[in-house]
Order: sequence, then C-alpha cells, then structure tokens
Amino acid sequence: MDLVLARSGIWLGALLFAVIATALSVDSGFAVHMMICGLAAVIGLVVTLRGVDLNAAIHAPDPGRYDDDLIRLGVIATVFWGMAGFLAGLYIALELAWPQMNLGLQWINFGRLRPLHTSAVIFAFGGNALIATSFYVVQRTCRARLAFPGLAKFVFWGYQLFIVLAATGYLMGITQGKEYAEPEWYVDLWLTVVWVSYLAVFVGTLLKRSEPHIYVANWFYLAFILTVAMLHLVNNINVPVSWFGSRSYPLFGGVQGALVQWWYGHNAVGFFLTAGFLAMMYYFVPKQAERPIYSYRLSIIHFWALIFLYIWAGPHHLHYTALPDWAQTLGMVFSVMLWMPSWGGMINGLMTLNGAWDKIRTDPILRMMVLALAFYGMSTFEGPMMSIKSVNSLSHYTDWTIGHVHSGALGWNGMITFSCLYYMTPRLWGRTRLYSLRMVNWHFWLATLGIVFYTAAMWVAGLTQGLMWREYGADGYLVNSFADTVAALHPMYALRVLGGLLYLSGAVVMTTNIWRTILGHSREEAPLHGAAFDPARDVPLSAAAAH
Amino acid sequence: MTNNKVGAHGPDGGHKVIDQATGTPMVGHEWDGIEELDTPLPRWWLWTFYATIVFALVYVVLYPAIPMLHSASTGTLGWTSRGALAHEISEEQARHQALHAAIAAAPIETLASNPALQRAAIEGGHAAFKVNCVQCHGSGAAGGKGYPNLNDDDWLWGGDLATIQQTLLHGIRQPGDDATRASQMPSFGRDGILTPAQVQDVVSYVRLISKQDPAGAASTRGAVIFANNCAVCHGAGGEGNRTVGAPRLTDRIWLYGGDRAALTNTVVNAHGGVMPAWGGRLDPVTIKMLAVYVHSLGGGEAAPAASAPAAPAPVAAQ
Repeated sequence: MDLVLARSGIWLGALLFAVIATALSVDSGFAVHMMICGLAAVIGLVVTLRGVDLNAAIHAPDPGRYDDDLIRLGVIATVFWGMAGFLAGLYIALELAWPQMNLGLQWINFGRLRPLHTSAVIFAFGGNALIATSFYVVQRTCRARLAFPGLAKFVFWGYQLFIVLAATGYLMGITQGKEYAEPEWYVDLWLTVVWVSYLAVFVGTLLKRSEPHIYVANWFYLAFILTVAMLHLVNNINVPVSWFGSRSYPLFGGVQGALVQWWYGHNAVGFFLTAGFLAMMYYFVPKQAERPIYSYRLSIIHFWALIFLYIWAGPHHLHYTALPDWAQTLGMVFSVMLWMPSWGGMINGLMTLNGAWDKIRTDPILRMMVLALAFYGMSTFEGPMMSIKSVNSLSHYTDWTIGHVHSGALGWNGMITFSCLYYMTPRLWGRTRLYSLRMVNWHFWLATLGIVFYTAAMWVAGLTQGLMWREYGADGYLVNSFADTVAALHPMYALRVLGGLLYLSGAVVMTTNIWRTILGHSREEAPLHGAAFDPARDVPLSAAAAH
Repeated sequence: MTNNKVGAHGPDGGHKVIDQATGTPMVGHEWDGIEELDTPLPRWWLWTFYATIVFALVYVVLYPAIPMLHSASTGTLGWTSRGALAHEISEEQARHQALHAAIAAAPIETLASNPALQRAAIEGGHAAFKVNCVQCHGSGAAGGKGYPNLNDDDWLWGGDLATIQQTLLHGIRQPGDDATRASQMPSFGRDGILTPAQVQDVVSYVRLISKQDPAGAASTRGAVIFANNCAVCHGAGGEGNRTVGAPRLTDRIWLYGGDRAALTNTVVNAHGGVMPAWGGRLDPVTIKMLAVYVHSLGGGEAAPAASAPAAPAPVAAQ
C-alpha cells in the first residue's frame, strides 16, 4: 500500500510539473510536449491506482524464469516502430521523386519527415531491438534474471516516451538541426536519464551473473551502451533559450561544432548500428546455426581493434571542408584501418556456419542472418573505401552515400533484427514454432529484392550525380547546372521507391507472421528447418539447479 | 551442439575438446549452449590488417596529420587542400589566360566580328549562367513568374549588349549600388491611390490594350485612369519604357501574369523584382561572357544607332 502511495505521489508530482511547464511554456511545441508528458504521467497514475501491473497481467513474475515481460513488449515495439519507420521512408522516397507528395503541408514536408524516418528506423526500431535483445541475451548468457527489474521497466517505457517526444517534435518543426541528434535539449536530458538507467540494469545483471566469464555479445552491448552515453552527452551540450521553451543553441560552433557532430554521427553508426548489432549477431547466429563461434581469439582482437579505431573515423564526413587537413587525414587513415576489424565480425559470424552450411538451404532464418552478414561485410568495405579522399571527392554529397547507408541499414541492421525477432518470438511466447517458416522465406526474398533495387538505384544515382557535377567541357567550362543533375536522377528515384515498397512488403509479411505466432496460430505447411529449443534449459542457473 | 565433439566436456584444464565438424579445438567456455572454437586468427585477415596500418603510417608521414599546439605536421609532400585548390584554379586560369585577355580587350559591341572569340564567350557565359543564373531564370533561361524569360525579345531594361552588361554589373534594385537599375511602381490599391473600383477599371483597360478583352464601359473609364496614373511610366499607349524598366502592356508577355486576378494584384500591391549586382561577385570577363551569352539566346538587339547613354538615369525610389 505504501508503495502504491509513493508511486502515485511520484506520478502526481510529474503531472503537476507537466501542467506547470505547459502553462509557462513560451512556444506551442514545448506546450504540446509537456502535455504529452502530462498524459504519460496520467497513464502511469491510473495504472498504479488501479493496482494493475500491465506486465504482471501477462505473466506473473517467476524467479525460476527469466525476466521476459519487457522483452515481449520490446518485440512488439520493434515491429511497430519498424513499420512506422519503413512507411515514413517510403513516403519521403515518394516525395523526392514526386515533390507534389509534400501536399503543401508543412508537417509532412521532406525536411520534417526525413528525421522522422531516420530516428524511427535507427532509434525506435533499432533501439528497441537492441534493448530487447540485450535484455534477452544478457540474462541467458549470465544465467541470471535482470538486475533492478523496476528500473528496466522504466528504461523501456522511458525510451518509448523519448521516441514519441522526438517524433512529434520533428512534425512540429522542433529540431536542433544535428543529423541523428535532432531532438531538443529537454528530450536529450530525458534520454540521458533513461540511458544511464539502461547502463545500470545491464551492468547490474552482468555483476550478478552465474557464469564465470562474460560472453562476447555482452562486451559489444556494453561498448554500445557506454559509448552512446558519451556521444550523446558531448554532442548535445546546448544552452536552452528558456527553461520552458523548445529552442536551444549548441556550445560548439562552426567547424568545431561540425567535428563534434560527426564524431557523434559516425560513432552512432559505429556503436549503435555496428557494435550493438554485432552483439545480437554473436548470440543469435550460433544459437540458430547450433554451432560454436568460429574463433574466440578473433572475437577479442576484432572487438578491441573496432572499439579503438572507430571513435577516430568521424572526420571522414568532413573531407574537403573547413576542417583542418590533419584532421581529415586522421579520419581517413583510421577509417582504412577499420576495414579488417569490421570484417572480423563478419568472419566470425559467417564461419560459425562451418559444419552447418547445408542449413542455409533449409533454414530461412539462418539464411537471413547470412545475408545480413554479407551486407555487413559489403558496407564495411564500402565505408573505408569511401573515406579515401579521392573516392570521397566523387561520392561526397551524392546519393552514393544514401546507397551505402541503406545497404548497411536495410541489409545488415534490418535483416539481423528480423532474424532475431523470428528467433525470439516463439520462445518468448512459448510456441513450438513460428506461425510460418515459409513466410520467413517470402520476407527474405522480398527484402533482398528491395535492397537490390534500392542500393543499385542509389549507386547509379550517386555516380551519375558525382560525375555530372564535375563534368567539364572541352573549353574547361561546367557542362551541367545543378538542376540538370536533379532531372537526370528522377528514374533512379522512382526505382528507389520500388525498392522501398518491396522492403516494406517483406516487413508486412513479418508483422503478420509474428502476430499470428503471438496469437498461437500455426500455419499448415511443409516443414522447414528451425533451431532446436529446450525450454527447461532456458532458465536462470539457480532455477536450473533446483530442477 | 553437444553431439558433434569428442572428449569430455570441461573447463580449460586438461586436454582440449575437439570440434568434430571442423577438427578445431574448443576454448572450453559455454554460455547458454554457445561454445567457442580456438581457431587462430585467419592469416589473410591479419596481414591485410597490418597492411592497412602500414598504409596509414606512410600516409601520415606524407600528408598533414599530427596536431601540435599551434599547427600540425605538414607532411613530406607539402600538400595542403587549400594549396591543391589554388593550384587547380591557377592551372585553369593559365589555360584560359590568352582567351580571357582577348575577350577583355575586345569591346563588347564588336566582339561578334571575331566568330571564334564570340563562340568562346558564349560557351563561357553559358557555363557561368548554369552556376549563377539558373536558380531564378531557369536552366533554359525561360524564366518564370517574377523572373524574365531571356529567350524572347521583350526586354524590361534593354536588350543590346552594353545594356545587358550594365544590368549584370549593377543588378536591379540593389541598395548600395549607385548605378543599379531602380524604379518603384506605386501600390495603387494598398496605398489608397485608386479605389477598388478604379483598380478594376484600369485592369479592364490593360486587358483591352493587351487584346484579351473587348472594349466596354469599364475599360473606357479605365483609359482615363491609365492616362493619369500609369502612362507616365508605361507610356500613353502602354508600350512600356525601358529607362524605368516599365514593361510593355500591349503584348502577351507577362512577368507576373496577365489574367484579371494577377493584374489586380499587381495594380493593388505593385512588384519590384530584384537581381544581384554581379559586378561585386564575378570578374569582368565572366560578366562580359554572360552578357554575350544572354544576348545570343534569341532576343539580342543591336546597339542603338545614336550614342544614347547606356546607363539610364536612375529613377529615385520613394
């Protein structure tokens, strides 16, 4: 009872704060955001007062089992935000090809929907996948339940609030104007609180582990959580114009600001989309392939090399700018040295299939993982290549960059996330198998075809753009005006829409499949291979001993 | 995963367990059923990694790389990005030096007497147009609403070479440039000079002289209003006046639209388009080439026979 009272007090306090902040707000966007916070507090209060623990309603806490309620929510959130992000991406691809799609509405013009798309796929889809899988993996490889389960719940719901504030902010035009770090100062502060809690839960679980060693996936998760915290804090040092307004100004200006931004931006790729997703790979690939990891030594060397080298590579985003030459040089050479450490992860993932290669003919989930690793390898070769200054002088500011990013994002991050969702869903909901493995096959081919259309279109568009920009006639004069190059890209932009549509269709198939699995349905179909699973072994060590 | 290896399962000590499928020893750790092989680092991987490190070291010696307190190491090649750009620009300039000198020396009116020089000037002007002018005038120089079409022979301020060059150099309605083209049409409706009914009458008259509407009572009333208010700039018959940039109203070419709504808006609020004074941004040869290029688009006029002043007396804006 005291607990309910104390919790209600906290929610009431939060509600009061939100109401006061709404009343004092100096701009309408901030007021809307404070109302959203107030609404979140009301929901929290109602849930507390009704004594309904939403998670407990699904599954009563059982010390003999892992803390999986949040992970189930995380799977649903990942699928939901993934669909939102892919749809936003398809829409802005349409806007680029046919600008009429802006419909003259400020809320949905390209400038506002673009950060909505990037944040939805990276932070909402990718972030939820990382949080959910990290909680799944850390418990199982430590054979221990989550430390601070209440805090873990706060991490999940707090992160969703962050996403809602960020997304609604973009639509209202609230932005810091920093790529991949668009949310304003108060949303950044909120994310900091959530992220430090995440770190506490993760490290706490590592500390209470029942295994003597820490598994390699957890090194990568920890590197991801720690480094993202550092990047987020430094890149968002802003001075608010008002404590009750949405606007703020960054501490760093000019080329220093640009360098801090791309130190952040590149390492968001390095630690969020690479280290974090390699962590997923290190657990789910050996589980699905039912084979040992290829090389323990390689995992150590490539981990430390990756962590050490990635953090210096950011300046390659600022080649041929006001950034001093020495910084550009270092950004380039560190990127080149990053090639093999990145490939270490691909080798360790692919070669784990040694002795099980035949399974990719029969196991569509494993096939998806292999494709993810192949795209990971391709984009981590392409990245160092594009960081070389002479290549960069052609590729920079062109759609080649967009193609590169999407071969990594759609191919690597997307496919590895999908396969992890396919692995976890039946196990989390206690189903014997997915609703349909054949639909996974469909998803695989739709997504693969989509990626091929997308990246091929963007590579051609990027090279066309780069070559047209630098085309000089016999007299030494520019041949093309900028508008000429835009007109030339139109067919490629239309092809990209097709690629995005195929990728989204694959995700729709996945959503259906996962939803039917959760409902407990099972499609009648010729069986395909799936990895074995023993629920009796999927428990914390203390519980296993009691068995 | 447990059925394809030989030997007893156990921690590091004692003999290594061998994975049967690959013949590789296991490390001996196990997490949730995941084990690890003790495969050595792939040689090709390691040597490629070393090679990238060697490449990086060599590159760091050759190029600016190591930051110090006030500057950075310069690299043994002495390369700088600013230096490389300056070198490239000076190379291009050297390549064009003779040509540009010839264009600079030739009076713009007689450039056409040297076809090779004129062709080169048109080429150069075309390139400069693509970078500097297409944003408003369009890549085909066809203009748009508020931005004149440069392909036709309807000129606001004059279409002979010297006049175009003058317009380019000093721009249109550029504050701070004494020789800029300047004039200001009054906002007849907004400032209450004409009543809304009078505005409609004068619009009817303009539509009459532009042969869009037949004559009527309104246009008859409008003719008087036009004579009193508009003719001073646009001419008694609406033929326009280039000294103040007043457009001809008797043709079908409209800068802001010739339908009733657009004309009403123009009479009520007036327009005053601007163009940058390129004299401060581009070098004289480029401006000369731009003038030759624009003149060549189709509507270029011959220089006036009498040596009329190239620069019209600017009409002071209110």
